[in-house]
Amino acid sequence: MRLKNSYLLISPAILTIGIFMMIPMCIAFVYSFMTANPYGGVEWPTTFDAYIQFFYQRDFDDSLVFAPDYIFIILRSIYLAVATTAICLVLGLPVAWYIVCQNEERRRLLLFFITLPFWINTLIRTYCWILILRDEGLANNALRWLGVIKDPLPLLYNDGSILLGLVYTFLPFMVLPIYSTLERIDPRLIEAAHDLYASRVSVFRRIVWPLAKPGALAGATLVFAPALGSFLAPDLLGGGKKLLIGSLIQMQFTSSRNWPFGAALSIAITAVILLVMMLRAWKAPVRESRA
Amino acid sequence: MSDTVLSPVNMSRTTRTFDWRRTPGLPTFTAAILVFLYAPLLILVIYAFNGSRMVTIWQGFSLQWFVAIAHNADIRDAALNSLIIAVVATIASTLISVAGALALERGNLRLVRGIAAGLVSMPLVVPEIVVAITTLVFFSSLGMHYGLLNLMIAHTVFCIPFAILPIQARLRDMGGSLEEAGRDLYADEWRLFYRITLPLLAPAVGAGAIMAFVISLDDFLISMMVSSAGSTTLPVYVYGMMRLGVTPEVNAISTILLVISTLFVAMALFLGRRQKRPVVN
Repeated sequence: MRLKNSYLLISPAILTIGIFMMIPMCIAFVYSFMTANPYGGVEWPTTFDAYIQFFYQRDFDDSLVFAPDYIFIILRSIYLAVATTAICLVLGLPVAWYIVCQNEERRRLLLFFITLPFWINTLIRTYCWILILRDEGLANNALRWLGVIKDPLPLLYNDGSILLGLVYTFLPFMVLPIYSTLERIDPRLIEAAHDLYASRVSVFRRIVWPLAKPGALAGATLVFAPALGSFLAPDLLGGGKKLLIGSLIQMQFTSSRNWPFGAALSIAITAVILLVMMLRAWKAPVRESRA
Repeated sequence: MSDTVLSPVNMSRTTRTFDWRRTPGLPTFTAAILVFLYAPLLILVIYAFNGSRMVTIWQGFSLQWFVAIAHNADIRDAALNSLIIAVVATIASTLISVAGALALERGNLRLVRGIAAGLVSMPLVVPEIVVAITTLVFFSSLGMHYGLLNLMIAHTVFCIPFAILPIQARLRDMGGSLEEAGRDLYADEWRLFYRITLPLLAPAVGAGAIMAFVISLDDFLISMMVSSAGSTTLPVYVYGMMRLGVTPEVNAISTILLVISTLFVAMALFLGRRQKRPVVN
């Protein structure tokens, strides 16, 4: 069962992604060592300025001054991505376990409802929260109507609203991989444990969680990577003032016109994500071999 | 469950109502999560039918905002751009994916296999913003400013992983025995493909194409960075509207996009469900 022309068949995929994705990444890598053109784009000579800019600011007399602004943005992005991952894990694990415990028909239905949001435009899903959280939004109106508050609470444009948007966007990414590992648990293991008078807590701690770990790890990567580079949640729910890496990169190519710095940030973020993935591959050695 | 209860010790336990599949509180928790996922969308849809210009004050059912959108020429242009790009990207990525999936699952690629599989999953791994700016840098360094064509290329790239996944899964599920039988009966490669592989693969190709279409139609970030004046797509236009403030028009157009995605994905999942039935035992 072997095709003769398999190289010919795979070449369109390799060429398309190779030319229009891998080469662009290489060009961006080169761009990160160029000098910024104030009108957008780059010019010679080559320089490390873009990377130096992570830590230092060039003063008027051309001396470098330590400026931690960008480091704070990067740390804040990492912190929010980690928090998003943790919250998604706490919310997603019980849901995945609940789905696994259902019969075939209900499993399919529940999985459909968990998957569907992934396919709905993130722009729209993020926008929904503006309707709820803004000053004249649903939440504030409801609280006012109940007489709890007089003046609207500032629910929007803070780290909390960004975090909420990120969790809302990426929760399905956590549930699905955990579900697919839990699905393969042999129910007899759990029955045996209960027969031996294990409590629900110890069954979870000693059987379910160890078996769910690879899925949780996969889910954590799937949530962490896009959360780290997210643009819409910080932009719409953070008001674009609370910058994260994603919006910082976008700014370098629009208003700030510092392409090399934007390229350098992109390279850095991609490197971090590849590192996390490699760490995962190293921590969780080949789980499923291909048939 | 009861069929696994065999020993006499366990027999006595069947009389007890303990069931490890029922964790107290978990149904409520899951229901709450589903409410969390869907309530905001529902609120958006309800607001879209609100007659009042003040978004959050209910003033009776009305379709006026949908009418307003239908009369907005900019939105029509943007929607047309989105549609053209999505159709081209869907066709291109589906063709590439059918060929690629065949090679990955049935071919003899040796070392190239790992590289190809890695490349195909790249658009899923690299953050969207990075894909967006590298694509922008690429086109501008080549001096390519072809508006829609740039977007078609960019969309084709990130649609490939979504189109190829269901096709690959289907090829793996259906096994190679029918194709082998055809080969034993002296069918050549093309005949084999047209008469056996393609008909069996059709639902998965359909599912993959729909996924690619939805992903292209919904894409915002990459389109925003790559598009130029005159090649604005619908999500990019809607984002511009959102930046200007919360208006009933935004709710209405968002609702339309929401409904389109939902319908298409339900269709794709239905196709995927039909293909679950084993073809060859």
